[in-house]
Amino acid sequence: MAVRVQAEDFDLGDEVSKLTDGNTDIGAIVTFVGVVRDTTNGALLSMELEHYPAMTKQALETIDQAAAKRWSLNASMIIHRYGDLAPGAQIMMVATASPHRKDAFEAAEFLMDYLKTDAPFWKKENFKDGAKWVGSKAADEDAKDRWKA
Amino acid sequence: MIKLDVVYFAWVRERIGLAKEQVETEAKTINDLVAELSAREERYQLAFQDMSVVKVAIDQTLVSLDAPLDGAKEVAFFPPMTGG
Repeated sequence: MAVRVQAEDFDLGDEVSKLTDGNTDIGAIVTFVGVVRDTTNGALLSMELEHYPAMTKQALETIDQAAAKRWSLNASMIIHRYGDLAPGAQIMMVATASPHRKDAFEAAEFLMDYLKTDAPFWKKENFKDGAKWVGSKAADEDAKDRWKA
Repeated sequence: MIKLDVVYFAWVRERIGLAKEQVETEAKTINDLVAELSAREERYQLAFQDMSVVKVAIDQTLVSLDAPLDGAKEVAFFPPMTGG
């Protein structure tokens, strides 16, 4: 169970190796990587990730702990970057390791759904002709709510 | 009268024109504070005109608009999160 907030890039392979680190009880590992996407055919210069430093780590830890309580996990990890990121850059990752694939998949989705609505990050897209804050989606709240049943 | 550190993020920060300030207020709740700031200057009114798209945290915990300010040190205003 680990959470990191950083400006630097990360290496998914290295992170997964560290996460599992010789633990032979693990039967399934699920990873997700979020990437800066240009939907404008080359007009996106960068995506700026702003966050609330005093709150971010604690918010991510709360989400991570909720997943650990709900599913059988050997380990889990959330890394989220901040700063100015180029199209194609990695924004964040989650990884879950479990004896069984169902737990690993569900926990990874849960982490993503809660992270989207509860972790204090904001995205701003910088285009050649101006900048725009990315709006939140009602669908993200709905995605989170399905875990409340 | 209480003294609060108030912090703003994303477009709330841009509309108000600063990231952090100290506010002296008689407000008892977040709603009171929003009304008081909005009455002070237009830039606050602009940021707070639609509170359905503004989230609030007291001392780094998300709260509702009717949350009391008793014992609060830091109040944060920001749009719904868009991380991930």
